[in-house]
Amino acid sequence: MPADAAQAGTTRSLWVFSRPNDDPGKILAVAITLCLVCSVLVSGAAVLLKPLQDRNQALAVRKQIVSVAGFQADSAQQVESLFQQHIETRIVDLDTGRFDDSVDPASFDAHTAARNPATSTALAPDEDPARIKRRPDLAPVYLVRDGERIKTVVLPVYGYGLWSTMYGLIALAGDGRTVTGLSFYEHGETPGLGDFIENPRWQAQFDGKLAFDKNGKLRLGVIKGGVNPASPEARYEVDAVAGATLTSNGVNNLLRYWLGEQGFGPFLERLRADGEMS
Amino acid sequence: MNEENRRILFEPVVDNNPITLQILGICSALAVTAKLAPSLMMCLALSVVLVCSSAAISLIRNHIPTNIRIIVQITIIASLVIVVDEVLRAYAYEISKQLSVFVGLIITNCIVLGRAEAFALQNPVGPSILDALGNSMGYSAILILVATLRELFGSGTLLGYQILRLTRDGGWYEPNGLMLLAPSAFFIIGLLIWAVRTWKPAQVEKHQYRIHVVHRGTEAL
Repeated sequence: MPADAAQAGTTRSLWVFSRPNDDPGKILAVAITLCLVCSVLVSGAAVLLKPLQDRNQALAVRKQIVSVAGFQADSAQQVESLFQQHIETRIVDLDTGRFDDSVDPASFDAHTAARNPATSTALAPDEDPARIKRRPDLAPVYLVRDGERIKTVVLPVYGYGLWSTMYGLIALAGDGRTVTGLSFYEHGETPGLGDFIENPRWQAQFDGKLAFDKNGKLRLGVIKGGVNPASPEARYEVDAVAGATLTSNGVNNLLRYWLGEQGFGPFLERLRADGEMS
Repeated sequence: MNEENRRILFEPVVDNNPITLQILGICSALAVTAKLAPSLMMCLALSVVLVCSSAAISLIRNHIPTNIRIIVQITIIASLVIVVDEVLRAYAYEISKQLSVFVGLIITNCIVLGRAEAFALQNPVGPSILDALGNSMGYSAILILVATLRELFGSGTLLGYQILRLTRDGGWYEPNGLMLLAPSAFFIIGLLIWAVRTWKPAQVEKHQYRIHVVHRGTEAL
């Protein structure tokens, strides 16, 4: 074999793979061929498995919606059936806070809508605390009704933490003030530090907190140094986590933004005025 | 199967175990073993990557230029890891979320590159696959053992089923919280290494360096 290879090298064989291994042409050829084969393999797998992954992701989000709305679900079928039975998906116009029924909620893709210049507006840095860059015109909300009255609204929220955009859901009671749940389902924060946002024990601290005071001012927030249960402010406050200040700030910012005037503020105002909102 | 192949396949399980003797792949062994289910998935993922990469590298070993061989190996391993990660996200979404970055980190698992460098680069495809399988078994054996101990004593469960009834549910077992933290895997692996070396003294390493006794005291006088 080595003798053959050497001979092939001396005659500069046209078939580049039969040249010796230290021939620069062969090195390039091997590298390029390998990269081509590997990229076909990787992109093939990514493209073929994309539909399945998307379905898993959609199901995972539904599971979060169902559980943050206060239902217990373990299996995929349970999640689906609870979602179909109890959750009403509506699209809200963020400017007016009214439902926009011209868009089909089933086919509405919030992710794409938030990026498309036709369905979103660019935010100036000073009005963009959550650093989401573009504000979508429409956003989905998930309603749970008890008879006619709205019992719970689940609002999708997102914003930038330390490294990544954190995607979460916040559930408010029908009064539009009381938080009944918060969860984050996708983020890229530091494992072991910033990932406290997906810790159920930390999330549970939000249950029963008030998002707004009597005057409708947004008060909910994560604070450093621990919440003093005796203080009157404790109704609005949740502990931040040490060692993850920027992620905690990110949570604050995204709550500020999405519950504020630019976010779901007008919608929540209408909800507080009218508990039915057909 | 002849004697040589059997040795290639079974030697890495105990006698030349990648974790307890070569101390490779420790990072994932510490990180994913708090529960048994993700550990099993990690073993499977590593085995698939290791066997496929060894086979692929061995297949083209005569055409890998020496000066770019590490890049070639890493490219092959990385591609396989991405494919495995995509498959997990499509078919085992929950577990892939639990494993998070550690599937991606198989790329840097020293066992995979180690076997490619030490074995697949010099041997035909058949023995390379056997060697990869043997090392996967060695890795898996340790991971499963550590994960079983940690899940059983840390949460009183195995694969999520309650084995030891916990005191907070009215049982007798008080779960050991340390078992759920990464250091416990360090302790368990350390104890395992001790046990294996007591059982097989041949694995005990020779002292690389001893401090010599200096006799200069009298000379100075």
